[in-house]
Amino acid sequence: MLMTAHERLAGEIRDLVQKLGRNRSSLVPILQEVQKQHHRIGTYAMQVIADELGIHPVEVQSVVSFYAFLDGKPQGKFVIRLCRTISCDMNGKKRVARQLENDLGITFGETTKDRHFTLEWTNCMGLCDQGPAMLVNDRLYTKVTPEKVHEILEECRRTFGVHATERKEAHLA
Amino acid sequence: MSSIQTYTQATPEAGLKRALGMSRPDIIHEMNESGLKGRGGAGFPVGGKWNFAASAKSEKKYIICNADEGEPGTFKDRVVLQEHADLVFEGMTIAAKAVGSREGILFLRGEYTDLREHLEDTLQRRREQKLLGDNIQGSGVDFDIRVFIGAGAYICGEETALIECLEGNRGEPRNRPPYPVNTGFNGHPSVVNNVESLASAACIMGRGADWWKTMGTAKSTGMKLFSISGDCARPGVYEFDLGVTVADILKEVGGEGAKAVQVGGASGRCIPPSEYARSIAYEDIPTGGGSLIVFGQQRDMLDVLENFMDFFGDESCGQCTPCRVGNLKLLEGVKLLRAGKCSMSYLKELCALGETMQIASKCGLGQSSPNAFLSVVAHFRDEIMGRTYSQA
Repeated sequence: MLMTAHERLAGEIRDLVQKLGRNRSSLVPILQEVQKQHHRIGTYAMQVIADELGIHPVEVQSVVSFYAFLDGKPQGKFVIRLCRTISCDMNGKKRVARQLENDLGITFGETTKDRHFTLEWTNCMGLCDQGPAMLVNDRLYTKVTPEKVHEILEECRRTFGVHATERKEAHLA
Repeated sequence: MSSIQTYTQATPEAGLKRALGMSRPDIIHEMNESGLKGRGGAGFPVGGKWNFAASAKSEKKYIICNADEGEPGTFKDRVVLQEHADLVFEGMTIAAKAVGSREGILFLRGEYTDLREHLEDTLQRRREQKLLGDNIQGSGVDFDIRVFIGAGAYICGEETALIECLEGNRGEPRNRPPYPVNTGFNGHPSVVNNVESLASAACIMGRGADWWKTMGTAKSTGMKLFSISGDCARPGVYEFDLGVTVADILKEVGGEGAKAVQVGGASGRCIPPSEYARSIAYEDIPTGGGSLIVFGQQRDMLDVLENFMDFFGDESCGQCTPCRVGNLKLLEGVKLLRAGKCSMSYLKELCALGETMQIASKCGLGQSSPNAFLSVVAHFRDEIMGRTYSQA
């Protein structure tokens, strides 16, 4: 049967609600799962989630807008988060940041045109003794140097990480 | 190899086995005797919290482990969860027995998602070993734990904001009272304890309150974990008895000659060399979460302050005015100082603003965010006033 992307997304969300529980306490886990699969939580997804949980969609939107790991805007397959906190700063985070911007051709807060990479700052992620620290999706990189940046980006391009596969992308297309 | 001696030496499950054979008041009495205070930063007595939750009347009660370690410069909970997860779950199970809870939640911050698999595996193994689940070790106690992943918000380290997040809301702190021990997750009494508090509680149950009191000072008993980073030769997680001096720590980590030390993370205080002889304990320099960031002579204290104020401006939940606006005003002030354009009278106004925030903010974030600003202004006035150069 032919299904539109919206129908598929709605079906996925209903399955998620079934699995995680039809109550408000499941909201954050549901949103995290949608974020992981689709690299964003669009307005349609928010509406379906709201309908399923019996709450107003603006309630869903207010939660999405509050948390750093939930996004209304489309994100890249690889979300790169560089720690900006003082210990990583003192260990040379500025040079790593510059190199990331150079190699990706975007500045912090932006996503590459091919939707592969999003570059963001993050606050302390508890790796202060091994800085500069960086998170790519769920994977940690420590003692990152400007030279290593290229290597890490290539690694992303070669192996699609934890929640970013071509298959899942095709699924939504 | 773990650097945390006390945790490595603990006999596995000794605390849990002992607690399962004790009455609820006896467990709480033992915790009270030990004098263990919350290791997340607020320093509320652990036994007291358990006692409030134990005496609250409700069908459901929750034991929540606060693993939302977000204070800049703090990473000891990451190490504890990686190397001593069993001890944390043991502590939660002991708390469950003490307050009469059947359900535990480990609130793991989103940035620590890499630890999830290890924690889930540990929980599964504990279920197979009958250390979790129904009728634990034949004691009649039923208790299980699930992992909840946060979504990236520093404020969720505050216990009522954490509960808001669990309930599917924005992580905005609630008014207290009522406290979570009475009205917590979904309205039920909930104990929210820090990772280290729970691991230490398990050690205390295993070896007794008297053993714990052989460490530390009379008012600050036991040992504490410290996350050390910055300009020192050997950064990492260290275990020290409370009451240790700043100078002793600096010697141990190879940070002698430091220009300043930030104790307690971004929300802590900046300590100048003239105070290195002071001790870190609840009665002297507050421990906070036990983080020490060492600043070498080459560091510009305004760089440090700008980094901290940027952080608070970003992470304030925006609910109350002193914190939402105050942090941005202080950040602007730091930028003025850097440009050499801040008059003494304006600096005094900023300090007064900081003091107002400490009193008028709704939760710990805004109450403690001016600490760094105020202590740097107090101790490094010479360095920050009348700048004629601007540094990149």
